[in-house]
Amino acid sequence: MAGIPPSTWTSDQPIVRVSDVHKSFGTFEVLKGISFDVRKGEVVCIIGPSGSGKSTLIRCINALVPVTSGTIRVAGIEVADPKLDKLALRRTVGMVFQQYNLFPHKTALANVMMAPLHVLGQNRAEVEVRARALLAKVRLAGKEDAYPGELSGGQQQRVAIARSLAMRPDVMLFDEVTAALDPETVKEVLVTIRELAEEGMTCLLVTHEMNFAREVADHVYFTDRGVIVEHGPPATLFSAAQDERTRRFLSQVL
Amino acid sequence: MIDTIQAWFQRLYETTGLNFTVFYDAYDWNRYVGGLRMTLLLGVTTILASLAIGAVGALLQSSPSRLLRGLVNGFVVAFRNTPPLVQIFFFYFGIGTLLPAARTADGLRAPILDNVQWAIVSLSLFAGAFNVEIFRSGIEAVPKTTVEAAEALGYTRLKAYRHVVLPLALRVCLPALNNNLINLLKTTTLAYAIAVPETLYAVKQIWSESQNVLEMMLVLLATYAVLVGALVWIMHRWERALRIPGYGR
Repeated sequence: MAGIPPSTWTSDQPIVRVSDVHKSFGTFEVLKGISFDVRKGEVVCIIGPSGSGKSTLIRCINALVPVTSGTIRVAGIEVADPKLDKLALRRTVGMVFQQYNLFPHKTALANVMMAPLHVLGQNRAEVEVRARALLAKVRLAGKEDAYPGELSGGQQQRVAIARSLAMRPDVMLFDEVTAALDPETVKEVLVTIRELAEEGMTCLLVTHEMNFAREVADHVYFTDRGVIVEHGPPATLFSAAQDERTRRFLSQVL
Repeated sequence: MIDTIQAWFQRLYETTGLNFTVFYDAYDWNRYVGGLRMTLLLGVTTILASLAIGAVGALLQSSPSRLLRGLVNGFVVAFRNTPPLVQIFFFYFGIGTLLPAARTADGLRAPILDNVQWAIVSLSLFAGAFNVEIFRSGIEAVPKTTVEAAEALGYTRLKAYRHVVLPLALRVCLPALNNNLINLLKTTTLAYAIAVPETLYAVKQIWSESQNVLEMMLVLLATYAVLVGALVWIMHRWERALRIPGYGR
């Protein structure tokens, strides 16, 4: 795979390994010792009430937020290493945000092309071919020249997914990517993510879409107040949750 | 064509006493055009240099190094809190005489920078200090999350600044930038004080010799009105060219 640097990592090991991660903002401890693995090709969902540290956790994985203690390894890259090669990490890990965060001064096509051109210095003609194909893949053929401000939320979010895929990542992180969308556009974004998952992309999602988690995820983690309360395959977790907190949360959202 | 104009202004002088020497006397005309050229040179170079100073200064203002941030803030305070004429004097008479100078064959002092170059340096720094603050206001208006998205795509701080932050910040701060650049263009007249032969200097020479203060004043005012008008037009064109469809409304 393009993004993986030479390292000791082999594909039979988990591609993401989070070990005893703690994160504090000032005196407030958001993550209180989180550990989990994601294997290559797996779709993992993290669910839980607001403020349980889900977004912080996912942002730690691509080093947008530094951890306070603990280790995170992504495809052999030590994320908490002070000498971390951020570019190598971010080639490996793509991220999609709740608020899309497209570059508003560039067209949809340019948004997808920018990082491969500016960051990887790839050939413009090749990047353009790839970018057009990615926009078609997220069902936005014909919208290449539209600016983000001219697109709906769901369309913008799909451009953001294509933009992230243009870097050919090995893992995709989705941080509540449907939370800001109108109910009718949520589906088109989820369909795109489901297709990615079916193609074998490793996906880690923080989500409130329980039906999506139930249908697509291989494994679901329920977090509350900075710890993983319970986890398991969706069939087990959603129908036979062991912990009282999980059951209460699920009864509120399902 | 030129003859007709010259004849018309000559007649105007003879019939009304309004003496626009620049429009019929070739010698005065050449001095005036020379002044105009110098004003354009000062205007264009200081506008470009002050924009560069503003962009670099605003980048350094968000640098992780406290020393760099302190230096930029010190620079802004120093140049914003003192009069531009005093700054020009300080550079030309203060710094200029401290620097080593060569001697010409006749034994005259040949300083490293002449008065025109000192005027450019001084005015660029003066307007640059304001541009730093103007760019900063624009940068602060760029959502942190947009920069974060660039980071997540592997952009370094510098690359994100160049390709994402600056283009967006520029759009936000263009109206303020407009004002400062217009002021800068008008402030180039201060170079008069260190004998830079710009428009005010040339026109003053003409009126001292031809005794036509009022007429040359009118020419001078009209000249700057047209110059600033042209700058405003260019800036508005730029603003329109940068407008993003569907953005911010």
